[in-house]
Amino acid sequence: MRVNRRLLFKSLAAAGASAVAGATAQGRARPVAPPDALGLLYDTTRCIGCKACVVACREANATRPDTSNAPGRLWDMPMDLNGQTKTLIKLYKSADGRERSFFKAQCMHCVDAACTNACPLGALKKKEHGIVSYDPKLCIGCRYCQMACPFNVPKFEWAKTFPKIVKCELCRHRAAGASLVATGGFLRYPAGKGPACAEVCPRQAVIYGTRRELLAEARRRLAANPGRYVPRIYGETDAGGTQCLYISHVAFEKLGLPKLSDRPVPEVQEAIQHGIYQGFVTPILLYGLLGAVIFRNRRKAEAQEGRAGKEGGP
Amino acid sequence: MTPSDLRREGPGQAGMTAVDRRDFIRVCAMALAAVGLPYSAAAKAARALAAKKLKPSVIWLHFQECTGCTESLLRTSHPAVSELILDLVSLDYHETLFAAAGRQAERALQKAMKENAGTYILVVEGAIPTKEKGIYCKIGDRTALEILREAAGNAGSIIAIGSCASWGGVASADPNPTGAAGVPAILEGRKIVTIPGCPANPYNFLGTVLQYATFGTLPELDEKGRPRFAYGRTIHEHCPRRPHFDAGRFVQRFGDEGHRLGHCLYKLGCKGPATHANCPVLHFGEVTDAWPVGIGHPCYGCTEQKLAFRAALHETVEIERPTPPDTYAPIRSRQGRVSPVATAVAGLVGGALVGAGFMASRKLGGKPPAEGNGPGEGA
Repeated sequence: MRVNRRLLFKSLAAAGASAVAGATAQGRARPVAPPDALGLLYDTTRCIGCKACVVACREANATRPDTSNAPGRLWDMPMDLNGQTKTLIKLYKSADGRERSFFKAQCMHCVDAACTNACPLGALKKKEHGIVSYDPKLCIGCRYCQMACPFNVPKFEWAKTFPKIVKCELCRHRAAGASLVATGGFLRYPAGKGPACAEVCPRQAVIYGTRRELLAEARRRLAANPGRYVPRIYGETDAGGTQCLYISHVAFEKLGLPKLSDRPVPEVQEAIQHGIYQGFVTPILLYGLLGAVIFRNRRKAEAQEGRAGKEGGP
Repeated sequence: MTPSDLRREGPGQAGMTAVDRRDFIRVCAMALAAVGLPYSAAAKAARALAAKKLKPSVIWLHFQECTGCTESLLRTSHPAVSELILDLVSLDYHETLFAAAGRQAERALQKAMKENAGTYILVVEGAIPTKEKGIYCKIGDRTALEILREAAGNAGSIIAIGSCASWGGVASADPNPTGAAGVPAILEGRKIVTIPGCPANPYNFLGTVLQYATFGTLPELDEKGRPRFAYGRTIHEHCPRRPHFDAGRFVQRFGDEGHRLGHCLYKLGCKGPATHANCPVLHFGEVTDAWPVGIGHPCYGCTEQKLAFRAALHETVEIERPTPPDTYAPIRSRQGRVSPVATAVAGLVGGALVGAGFMASRKLGGKPPAEGNGPGEGA
């Protein structure tokens, strides 16, 4: 979709009208993942930290290696996801060094994504297979998505003159019209068309497939290895559910996965916003108060002027 | 017996080194494996060479060089140079290996060029001086420029072996008094296979020649005419010391602890990360580790025009495709901490600005100071 001037004004006008009418103040329907929602399943017990996924991601998405933190700029060594890094392997080590786990960071592709809800012009949108997709042509660079995301995923190209938002889009550009075929119990693309990180992983520590299949596989692994995992699938219900799922032998909070309620973030966002604008009460109150202050000040000033005119008048 | 006498004899008939069929196929397999062709191709190559009873004619020209490329070719053992020049190719002109001399040699060159016009493989070793019409290198009273242009005219394919013939090599190092240039610079517009290296790895040459002799095709080349099978990747990508690089274990100076332990030579000026060649995977003359990095010396980038004889030995290069190190990012990236002193300074500056703003706004928009009380009164 192309946004031109007319469309922009139209949507702004519509937004204004709906705000006045208070039509959206009703509770929103909670979205569910489409049956073909694609996602990743990352298993900390399988990851060996080889970073093949990080390198494959760079190649698939043509991102520049980040050498800014590396001594002598010798290595591709990002410290976190950033404007040129869409996925990264991190290492958790407990203080005594006994407990360790790798962690793969990338977009979680939430079922009900906070970033898409915060994006004013729809540059971030859930598209085919539930992938949170980015359209740079619609992006105005407001970075609301960065503020909204509970996982701190969308990144901004701060160093660029015409910056964009950078985040994992599950290599949707590689699929390019290919359709999913049942392969080894999962619906997958032909080789070379799926998410590069999952395709390159030598230990299947990160695999891809539909959310339903991944949940079933995660449950199977939890059931087959009692005591090996934290008995929970992160992303099954967290923040209303995510399409990228984690199973781990280490508490999820230690891996940097925040403790979130099962309520999707957009629901909270909208409850606050719509609460404020309920019946248009808050704007009327605010503007009324403002008007009263102006009115009072003006009367005071006029009275002063009148006094001054009498004293210093001819 | 000169090589040209042997030319029409097929494998197994060569008088000096009678090879049987098995040996012959083995030799072909060795050379073709270098280009990445399967074993079946070796049998095909052997058949093709045997059926034709006509080995590809090779004319080898020497110009401004040290003969190092020929010398390294002489030291290959699979195939040995005798097998090469007697069984695999017909080496019709080669100044180093010729028994003939003087006019006899010149006649052999002319004869070979005439008899194999359009099919012979022209191999050039050495740079060509171009200043003062090329007078700095003459053979038989003709300049290298003239000889090259004549020999290239009827050549089936042209191979520039070594860095000198590929892009000028050591002869073209600053200030380049003879105007030395490589074959591609002289014969512009012609397809030339360049096999740079100082010296070039003989197997890269052999593989290319045998592919041409068998299939009539040349290997896939990059934009500099280098066969991709040999020059498609950097030294760094296949370096046996790479794990030390990724782990940040570097030699700091020759002979130090790290040097003895075989650590990465990058900090000594290794040009491996920017040098395209297959030295780490195809050792010279099958002697394991017989290449600079193998013996503990940094790669000096001999295949690269922008590096060899230009960049200083100790100078470090940019990493062409940086990859992750052996370390990991922490779960929570380190945030810079603000020191109490910085906070205090920032607070003072902020306070001063607010104060100044307040005073300014009072002076501008506020009531004029009462008579006699203004500090700036009369100033």
